[in-house]
Amino acid sequence: MRPGFVEVALLVLKKDLAIEFKSREIVYTTLFFAVACVMIFSFAFVMEEGVPVQGAAAGILWIAVAFSGTLALGRTFERERYGETLRALLLAPASRPAIYAGKLLGMILLMAATEVILTPMVAFFFHAPFFARPLLLAALLGLGTIGFASVGTLFAAMLVRTRTRDVLLPILLYPVTIPVIIAGVRGTAALLQSPPEEPVATLWIGLLTAFDVVFVTLALWTFEPLMTE
Amino acid sequence: MIVFDNVRLADVSRHFGRRRAVSHVSLEARAGDIIGLFGPNGAGKSTIIGMLATLVAPTAGSVTYGGQSARAFGDRLRASIGLLAHELYLYPELTARQNLDFFARLYGLQTSAAVGAALDAAGLADRADDEVGGFSRGMRQRLALERALLHEPRLVLMDEPFTGLDDAATSLVRERLQRLSGKGAIVVVATHDLDLADGLVTRVAIVRGGRLVADEPAAGGLRAHYRSMVGN
Repeated sequence: MRPGFVEVALLVLKKDLAIEFKSREIVYTTLFFAVACVMIFSFAFVMEEGVPVQGAAAGILWIAVAFSGTLALGRTFERERYGETLRALLLAPASRPAIYAGKLLGMILLMAATEVILTPMVAFFFHAPFFARPLLLAALLGLGTIGFASVGTLFAAMLVRTRTRDVLLPILLYPVTIPVIIAGVRGTAALLQSPPEEPVATLWIGLLTAFDVVFVTLALWTFEPLMTE
Repeated sequence: MIVFDNVRLADVSRHFGRRRAVSHVSLEARAGDIIGLFGPNGAGKSTIIGMLATLVAPTAGSVTYGGQSARAFGDRLRASIGLLAHELYLYPELTARQNLDFFARLYGLQTSAAVGAALDAAGLADRADDEVGGFSRGMRQRLALERALLHEPRLVLMDEPFTGLDDAATSLVRERLQRLSGKGAIVVVATHDLDLADGLVTRVAIVRGGRLVADEPAAGGLRAHYRSMVGN
């Protein structure tokens, strides 16, 4: 019997995790890049007395998330390009949106792992009280990651056979995901106020939820026609 | 699995931008046929195979399976198609068993039985738990062939199936394709190796510059015939 949507998505996710567990290539490069990014920003935005520039932490966290996420997206699909395995996935009698969903889940997990390291690091270097409202911060990061990864996974899959994919991916991805990044930065900045502005953060969480619904729906809907050559 | 007795390309063209990869090709393959698809590099063989595999959409014309379009069957049609492409569609970081197991599950097969049989057929049972990245080209080719045939497809599409194979493996692949055709599968083989194809294919289709220049029953002397149609 042909596997269902969830089964296919989990199969693709499990396969990606098995490959990453063996090579650890993407997780190490993404983490290294994200940490390097935060370190460079800390040299620029933390004064000699150890006092960071006011209000920089939220932006730096989201820039590091977006840049490292872009790197991970490129590498994930570079792996599918080698041996043209993406075509093998598309040739299977499985729902193509389910294949997209599996790849998306893998990206979300990878970005979440990076955020687990990045968030305390930015909090430490920039004296940012990220953990004053941990649930709201988790909601902002989780929803922002879903929005960014949903568009990124679609674009990375589309560009997999393009020679200039490394250049085109950020050029296409950042303008489309600007609403997600703005919502993430503004929502996180609201949480860093003293006292934290919970209603403002909640408003941005609502907007992120709306973006996610639109982006994920559009990506699931367009994946099949976009992947047919 | 969807069972169909013929596959038909009707006046099919495919353009990539301004480049015409395939132009007004009409071709029919019936159950039991082994069609040899020949032509020089860039003639459009791989594009034709891509269109038959539903991976490439024609710019004009239609591809039908038992009289129905791929759209009419939906995802289910792909359970009846097996493709061995020039790229092998294998994950080098995974073992032979993990590769086959992944694809078997994706096709909804009873994995342990299907994977075991495929590993035996590929002659790789003793290397089942080795990473594919460490295999020779011939071993990867044998594994990729079994991956393509894992689900016993009705339409078997082979793009250069003999690449990297030694004499013994080549004979096994030829016998395998003949057995599949004997069971009613439709086999399409694109290859430059005319000597290996001679005696295997039952029909000859020659493409040049994206156009079909010959479609006829196979007779001996394939190389001489090909040269007369295409040149050296």
